Amino acid sequence: MPTLVLTNLTKRYPTGDLALNEVSLDISEGQVLALIGPSGAGKSTLIRCVNRLVEPTSGAIIFGDLDVTGMGSRTLRRMRRRMGMIFQEYALVERLSVMENVLSGRLGYVGFWSSWFRRFPREDISQAFNLLKRVGLDGMEDKRADALSGGQRQRVGIARALIQNPDLLLVDEPTASLDPKTSRQIMRLLGELCKERGLTAIVNIHDVPLARLFAERVVGLNSGAIVYDGSPQGLTPDVLTQIYGEEDWNATKGDGDRSMTQGDDSDGES
Amino acid sequence: MAARTQLWRRPHIIPNPALRWMFALGVGIYLAATIGTLDINWNRVAEGWPRAQRFFSGFMPPDFYSRGDDILKGLLESLWMTVAATALGILISVPVAIGGARNVSPAPVYLFCRSLMAVSRTFHEVLIAIFFVKLFGFGPFAGVATLTMATVGFYAKLLAEDIESTSAAQSEAILATGAAWLQWLDYAIRPQVRPRAIGLAVYRLDINFRESAIIGIVGAGGVGATLNTAFDRYEFDTAAAILLIIIGIVMAAEYMSGRIRRAVQ
Amino acid sequence: MPVSRDSQGPVWRQRTRAGDLATWFTWLIGVALVAVCLSFISDKTIWEFVWSAPREAADLGSRMIPPDWSYSTQLWRPLWDTFNIATLGTALALGVSVPVAFCAARNTTPSTKLVRPIALFVIAASRSINSLIWALLLVVIVGPGVFAGVLAIAFRSIGFCGKLLYEAIEEIDVSPVEAVTATGASWEQILTYGVVPQIIPAFAGITVFRWDINIRESTILGLVGAGGIGLQLNASINNLDWSRVAVILIAILLTVILSEWLSAKIRDALN
Repeated sequence: MPTLVLTNLTKRYPTGDLALNEVSLDISEGQVLALIGPSGAGKSTLIRCVNRLVEPTSGAIIFGDLDVTGMGSRTLRRMRRRMGMIFQEYALVERLSVMENVLSGRLGYVGFWSSWFRRFPREDISQAFNLLKRVGLDGMEDKRADALSGGQRQRVGIARALIQNPDLLLVDEPTASLDPKTSRQIMRLLGELCKERGLTAIVNIHDVPLARLFAERVVGLNSGAIVYDGSPQGLTPDVLTQIYGEEDWNATKGDGDRSMTQGDDSDGES
Repeated sequence: MAARTQLWRRPHIIPNPALRWMFALGVGIYLAATIGTLDINWNRVAEGWPRAQRFFSGFMPPDFYSRGDDILKGLLESLWMTVAATALGILISVPVAIGGARNVSPAPVYLFCRSLMAVSRTFHEVLIAIFFVKLFGFGPFAGVATLTMATVGFYAKLLAEDIESTSAAQSEAILATGAAWLQWLDYAIRPQVRPRAIGLAVYRLDINFRESAIIGIVGAGGVGATLNTAFDRYEFDTAAAILLIIIGIVMAAEYMSGRIRRAVQ
Repeated sequence: MPVSRDSQGPVWRQRTRAGDLATWFTWLIGVALVAVCLSFISDKTIWEFVWSAPREAADLGSRMIPPDWSYSTQLWRPLWDTFNIATLGTALALGVSVPVAFCAARNTTPSTKLVRPIALFVIAASRSINSLIWALLLVVIVGPGVFAGVLAIAFRSIGFCGKLLYEAIEEIDVSPVEAVTATGASWEQILTYGVVPQIIPAFAGITVFRWDINIRESTILGLVGAGGIGLQLNASINNLDWSRVAVILIAILLTVILSEWLSAKIRDALN
């Protein structure tokens, strides 16, 4: 049964840029989908349309049996609780403590005054402790977010998304500001958590090899349109060329002088 | 290598030479015209030195004691005015600043709050004080009203600008959790603007004290009123004492506020 | 630590109990202080006058309206003077504050023991005296008129510009300075190639910022005889000629709006 159905989703920014052009996509429950494509292909716009941080211009988004596009602000907030989001630059509130950042994932569930006085229900607190332990940040709850390293911050970001008890994870370039080792650790953690909790996830990712390793389905986006939809094994050099443009996908350094003289403007490493 | 040597000159700030000369010419004409209309009476300026000496000899030695009670009363009154006006001003400023931040509030609210700030900033404190004294009578009430209004113009504007420069990513992240608008303000905006909000409050406290010493001259209470009385009675030695005390407090306050602002960063 | 355990598991609070108490206590003190201040002021206030304020305002309004528009033709000269006081005063202040700022900044001062304290004192002294008080003193010294106004604005602005400028100088990036020093450049060359390019934007910003403030300040210097439109305002208020006061206030309003618009334009162009 598909959890998320996008139909002819189009987004045109006020500047006139067409970020998404009639995108249609079905994602079934429990599927981890990697969204790849060059910068500016519309990946971020697509996942921001799903929880309407970006207002789509036209098209429909159906989440479970709810029509996301037509929601009023109250129902929209209730719907956003069910979609956890993880960001590229972590997007933690830097001057809040780790615990407050994690608990901010419960804001959709608690009233204003209990959030103002930081009096969250006991279950939320113990869930926060469990999650912090699960992502490997045991005992860090009172550190300020800006005192953490990149990998630790992203772990907090993951805990914040998961404490919402979401059905769907929207993950925007989770590894773009991390080193290769931390990137793999974070991706592995995300994969495990999705499996443990049976989560559906859309993961925007720059790094094609990582996408190959961790996703069960890959969608390639170029100039706001889907150009590939299939298994990671199907990502042949031809397909990558279709997504990212011309580049010798097998050449490394000194492989003839082609890669030396031609501009290398793609983000996909080989 | 070519045999011809290449010349390089630094590019000018205004690349078009005609425009550049026009600009220089304009500045020249302006200066000539202004200095022509300044009407400096050089004879009078030349007399200035002996006059200044006579003037300052009236100031010497500063007399802290014969009007000591009045000075102390005036200072305390300035202090009450400062604290009350800063607190009231900030209380009003916070909602106005939130309303006047483009990334937080809808356009009509934004325009309303921005014009409120503009109105309270346009006129100099002294002009406002003149009118408030007319409306509310002499004394500290007019002073508090003036300083409160000035605080709103200053604090709300700068706070609104700080809210507008908060990180969009952090705001987005909190919105994505399904937080309500007030919760979003509390979790995404408040932590980001807190250090600057405190810094500005301390800074404004400092400014309000200085201003309270000035608006007293037009009748709005505080140590300025004591100063004005001293001038009116030709008690220049007392006036000198008051000026010295004001300068001392202002310097001390500035030093303290600098330290506090550094501490909260 | 805000984390504790009880029989049902971990408990987290934003602050410890002592921290909570301290926070509430601070707020209590603050609110009490403000309340005390307000009550002192209330004691000193004649409330009958305050309650009559709406009547007073209506009365004043009826005297101001209609404004004496014919008077506006006599305001061009005072407005021109006001503009000049602000502009020349700012220019003069910049001329003095640039060297003062270089002497006050820890990283460019020729001597930390002698020159820097003197420069800092100049800045502090200039800042602690309001331009109205400067004007009051200068009117006695150089006589009433625009010149006293220009000097008053300049004296006050030296400290303001000098402080912001020397802070900007102290915050510059050291690596370009090191790079220029490494080429064997002299002190003057280090300044012009390593420091000056970095502070030009701050310098321009400070100039526009202070000029904007000075336009506002120069509208009131006339109250103590230091030239500008304040002279006309003072005269009209003393003659209780409120329909003229209204015209003057509108003139000031337009001037301030114009200067704000102009400085916003310049600031945009600078960025």
